[in-house]
Formats: sequence, C-alpha cells, structure tokens
Amino acid sequence: MSEALAERSNGEALLDVSGLVKHFAVGGGLFGAPAGVVRAVDGVDFTIRRGETLGLVGESGCGKTTTGRCVLQLERPTHGRIVFEGTDITGLSQQDLRKVRRRMQVIFQDPYSSLNPRMTVGEILAEPIKVHGIIADPAKRELRVSELLEQVGLLPQHARRYPHQLSGGQRQRVGIARALAMEPSLIVCDEPVSALDVSIQAQIINLLEDLQSRLGLTYLFIAHDLSVVRHISDRVAVMYLGKVVELADRNALYEDPLHPYTRALLSAVPIPDPKLEATRERMVLRGEVPSALSPPSGCVFHPRCPIAVDRCSAAIPPLREIRPSHWAACHLA
Amino acid sequence: MATLLEVRDLKTTFQTAAGVVRAVDGVSWDVEEGETVALVGESGCGKSVSALSIMRLVAPPAGRIEGGRILFKGRDLLALSEPEMNAIRGCEIAMVFQEPMTSLNPVLTIGRQLTEGLEIHLNMKPAQAQARAVELLGLVGIADPERRLAQYPHHFSGGMRQRMMIAMALACNPSLILADEPTTALDVTIQAQILELMQSLSKRLGVAMLIITHNLGVVARYADRVNVMYAGRIIERATAAELYANPRHPYTLGLLRSVPRLDEPRRARLDPIEGQPPDLSRLPAGCAFAPRCSFRVARCEAQAPALAQAGPGGHVAACWESARLVTKAAA
Ligand SMILES: Nc1ncnc2c1ncn2[C@@H]1O[C@H](COP(=O)(O)OP(=O)(O)OP(=O)(O)O)[C@@H](O)[C@H]1O
Ligand SMILES: Nc1ncnc2c1ncn2[C@@H]1O[C@H](COP(=O)(O)OP(=O)(O)OP(=O)(O)O)[C@@H](O)[C@H]1O
Ligand SMILES: [Mg+2]
Ligand SMILES: [Mg+2]
Repeated sequence: MSEALAERSNGEALLDVSGLVKHFAVGGGLFGAPAGVVRAVDGVDFTIRRGETLGLVGESGCGKTTTGRCVLQLERPTHGRIVFEGTDITGLSQQDLRKVRRRMQVIFQDPYSSLNPRMTVGEILAEPIKVHGIIADPAKRELRVSELLEQVGLLPQHARRYPHQLSGGQRQRVGIARALAMEPSLIVCDEPVSALDVSIQAQIINLLEDLQSRLGLTYLFIAHDLSVVRHISDRVAVMYLGKVVELADRNALYEDPLHPYTRALLSAVPIPDPKLEATRERMVLRGEVPSALSPPSGCVFHPRCPIAVDRCSAAIPPLREIRPSHWAACHLA
Repeated sequence: MATLLEVRDLKTTFQTAAGVVRAVDGVSWDVEEGETVALVGESGCGKSVSALSIMRLVAPPAGRIEGGRILFKGRDLLALSEPEMNAIRGCEIAMVFQEPMTSLNPVLTIGRQLTEGLEIHLNMKPAQAQARAVELLGLVGIADPERRLAQYPHHFSGGMRQRMMIAMALACNPSLILADEPTTALDVTIQAQILELMQSLSKRLGVAMLIITHNLGVVARYADRVNVMYAGRIIERATAAELYANPRHPYTLGLLRSVPRLDEPRRARLDPIEGQPPDLSRLPAGCAFAPRCSFRVARCEAQAPALAQAGPGGHVAACWESARLVTKAAA
C-alpha cells in the first residue's frame, strides 16, 4: 500500500514504513519460561511526505509509541522496512545510524522526565550541538542556543535556568528546542501536549505549526486526543491492537469514517457544548481493549464491534483502499 | 430540591518552603440532592484540595483548613469529631480518586475490599456483605461477579479497577460522590463507558455527584451546573447550558476558545490563553487572571473582583469587565 500511496502523492516520501512488526517476548511464566509474545506492532504500513503531518491515534497500548520508536530505531523492528530520506535504515550499522538519527528527532509527552535536572537549559541545548559536531566554536554555539530559545518563544535568560524552575509549558518548549538543535527533517511528537494544561496546549500546538511552516519540518504526531489530531494533521492513521485499521486524509477520516472503531472513537469524544451533547447519538462500545498478548482471531476489533458478522472472527481483513486515498481494514467497509 | 452540601468561604492552605500556598482561597458552592456539579480549572488551581477538604483528608501538618464551613445535610463537617467524621467518610460521602491503583489495597481481594466497608459501616454479616458485593460488581457492569470477588486488583484492567472504585463508592448507599478526575487515566472508549455508567447510576439511585475534571467536553455532557476555578477561587458559576452559551469571565471564554472542537470547522489557528498560570504562593493583590487577560483595565490589578450576578439561573462571575464579554461571546 505504501507504494500506491506514494505514487499518488505529489510530494516526495520522506519516510516509508512497510510491513513493520515489533514483538516483545515477555517472561514471567512458570519456571522462567517466556509467557508469550506481545504483538505491540503487527504489520503496519504508512508513508509520510516531506512537510506533512501524519497523525497517529488509538487507545492506550495499541502500539503508537512502539511504532514511533521503531521509526527512530530506538527499537529494532522484528520485521519490516523503514526507508528514511531514501535509505532503508533497518540494516544500518550503529555508526551510519548516528548520522541518520540527527535528522529524526523526538519530542516526548513528559517534558520533565526527559530533561536532565542537573543541567541548565543552555547546557541541555548546547550539548547535542557539541557532541554531534554541528558547531565547534563555543561562542557560536551560545548564539545558536539563544536563537533556538527565541524560536520556541523563550527568552535568552532562560538558558541559565534549571528544568524545575520552568513551568510545564516552558519545559515542553525546551524539549522542542532540543529537537530543533539537531536540524532534523522529521520529528516524532509522542503525546507532546497531553501533560499540559488546556490553556497551554494551544500555545504549543501553534508553535509546532509555526516551526513546521518556517523550517519545512515533517511530523509524525502521536496522540490520543482526536480533536487535537484533527487540528494538526494532514492525514491520520487509526491504530487498534498493533494494526492500522484506517488511514485517510484528515477531512475524509473525520467526516466519513469507514471503520467501526474509528466511528466509535469519534462518538466517544465529548464535545464542549451541552446543547449538542443532549441530543448527540452515542456509540458506547462493549468490553475492554483486548490484550496484545493474545489478540482475538480474525479482525482484532470483532469482540467489541457493534456490526461484526461471522466472517469477522474467522478472517483478518486487509487494509484496503476503499476510496481513493482512503484505506480501511474492515470486511464490511 | 434541597441543598445537600453547602461549602461556605472555605480556606485551605499549605505551609511550604516557598511560603504559604493558598490552595483554596475562600470558596463557596453548593450541591443539591441528586445533582451533578462540575469543578473545572487548570492543574494546581485547587480542585483536589477542595474535595479533600470536604472529606477532611488534607494532610497535616503542612496542610490546614483555615476557615469556613462545610454543611452536609445541615451539619458542619468541620465541627465533627474524628469518629463522627469517619462514619460519614466512605459511607454518606464517598470519594473516587483519580488513580485507582493507589487507593485499592493490592494485597486484599476485590471481595474483601468491598465487604470490609459493609461489615464496618453497615454492620452486615459476612454472608450478607458477600451477597451485596456480588450485587455491586454486577451494578457497575463487571461480568461474572462471583468469580471476580476472589481476584486481586492487579488482575483487573484499568477500566475494571475504575469500576471497582465506583462499586466501593456506592457500597453504603452514599448521597454524595466526589469523583476526582474519575476517567483521566482511561482510554476514550472506556471513559465513555464509565461516565455513562456513573450518570445512569446517579439518575437511578438519586446520588449527587461532584465531578472534578479539566475536560470541558466531559462537563458539557454530564454536569448540571459548573464551577470554574482559577488560582484557588471560584471565578464563574452557571448551569452548564448557560456557561457554554454565555461565558462571562475571560478565563472561561479563553478556555472554551482554546480547545479545537470536532463539531466545528477546523480553524487555521488555535486561540490560546497567553502566559502562564500563577504561582499560588505569590498571588497578586488584584485579580489573579489579570496578567493573562485581554480585557484587563487598571482596576483589575488593584482590586480582586467578587462573584456578582452575570446572567439567569444563578449565573455569577468574578470580573470587573464581565459586561463587555456579552457582545464578545456572541460575536
Ligand atoms: N519493552 C517492552 N516489553 C514488553 N512489552 C512492551 C514493551 N514496550 C511496549 N510493550 C507493549 O507493547 C504494546 C504497545 O505499547 P505502546 O507503548 O507502543 O502503546 P501506545 O499506543 O504508545 O500506548 P499509550 O497510549 O498508553 O502510550 C503494549 O501492550 C505494551 O505493553
Ligand atoms: N501537600 C501539599 N503541600 C504543598 N502544596 C500542596 C499540597 N497539596 C497541594 N498543594 C498545592 O495546592 C494547590 C492546589 O492543588 P490541587 O491538588 O488541589 O490542584 P488541582 O486543581 O487538583 O490540580 P490537578 O488538575 O493537577 O489535579 C497546588 O498549587 C498544589 O501545589
Ligand atoms: Mg505511548
Ligand atoms: Mg487534582
């Protein structure tokens, strides 16, 4: 599918993920035998074009972070290809990987735990620039740090502060500046605003959008807030239990979802308008999200699906292009 | 309907190295019988401390309720002895905490955690308590309850633990449940399951609820009335319908504007509230929101406004410039 998508896209593919699988062996069984395999990511394909934002949504444990970590090669995939800027990076040596890694950065959910508490903001930003030999001259490095702070809406004097002397929103700005320091083309944003106050979230989202248009960045934007993902994404992939169940342009996905899980997710989002909520139809799913240790047979969503038929528990529905550029993995779509 | 809970001029502070934190700074609000009231506001504004103060669970010696009254069915909870308060806690007023794993005992079975309260508070015999425990688990939608009673909390998923917390809260037929971010840690589809369940139970059993959350969507769907808190004070209160249609405090307006909404066309840009939330140990003399407020006038920095009538149905707001928001909100 990734080829077909890339063909139709006008833009050049910056990242192409195909057949991505990541399994974790988990111990804890009797006498130390492995208890099983967690199918964290179980056959995922997508492409991200240069300059675009692909949103990745789905509930806790469905494999979003693992997908992001595989893209960054922080996790070696069990199977699959990850082509970044034209090179398959899954087979690279550590040394070659180092060069590629500079071009892909990450912003984490928890800005506090991802910043070294014993370093000042200035040191946090200067260190990677020095270690990777981006700027050798200390005076020029300091200038670059000031420039980075300004880019993310902080002041030069913030360089002398420690992370605990900053608010949550300011820390997240430091996290973004640290990613920018490496001059990346791709940034994996893993729940970058979930830990922030509602009133601060919008500030950070606007900042990410400004930086994208100014620096031509490409984002893989992982989040569970469907309203935020709609705002920031060009296209959106919906994951359920290690698989992409729907992938489409933002408007198509939100206005005309084809997969029953996407429909359930959208109807579960409460809208901040009591009049609307009083009359809105809700689709409350039964049951819990199943375990990735023993995923259900056939379509992984079938035990909770309101429209499942016999076939759904027997055969795995492939991700099909139901309409141009609108993909869904459902027998009934 | 009669008033079940009346909080009057409640003040709760914490002594810290950085100074006195005025976590709850003279707030007053009510809950009517059977009603669902929401308490919203950003992190650190005093929502949890408000609920903990009602339960008299503010941790001493740093934390202290400095003043005010908490009238529950006409009795001032702050004047009760500790044994009297114990009889009310977990029985007439129950609390559902944000993180279920920290409030469930990991070494006791699900069954024991339910029956213990029933035996202590309601003097039930073990067999009777057991039967009630089965009934409670069924009530919150846990299948196969008899078998589940023998399991431990770590055998339950996050959603099931949250339901277990609700079952424990319902155990002694409380008339008020304080739910502190009851679904924040949960997935959206599970969140919808739990909130629908709480709403139907509250309707069916006539239990009043205080829902603490920062999710404006959850408030819109489930609350009858809303209290908006900022920096330890209530800055606006109205029925949910009135608050969303006609916000009269710039902070409420800012909150409603800053979130992207699925029911509206996508905006090119979000409209954030600029600046940072204040430090509660260094509050300004005037309105705490003034430094971030686009409606600010000279008076705001000098004098903190009190809650004043702002609309129908008991709508009040604490803003000198409240009248200017009427046209703004409509525009
Ligand atoms: N190192 C690991 N060892 C074993 N299992 C793992 C490991 N990392 C992740 N998993 C499992 O893989 C699955 C996917 O996890 P992942 O963190 O990718 O989910 P997620 O979609 O990011 O969830 P969340 O929204 O909660 O962040 C989960 O079942 C998780 O428990
Ligand atoms: N034990 C404590 N010692 C010192 N300060 C405290 C203590 N507990 C709470 N506070 C302070 O009291 C204020 C109110 O805290 P509270 O927990 O009520 O916030 P909240 O509105 O519930 O926030 P959140 O949405 O993050 O849960 C905060 O500024 C907090 O730092
Ligand atoms: Mg994750
Ligand atoms: Mg709290």
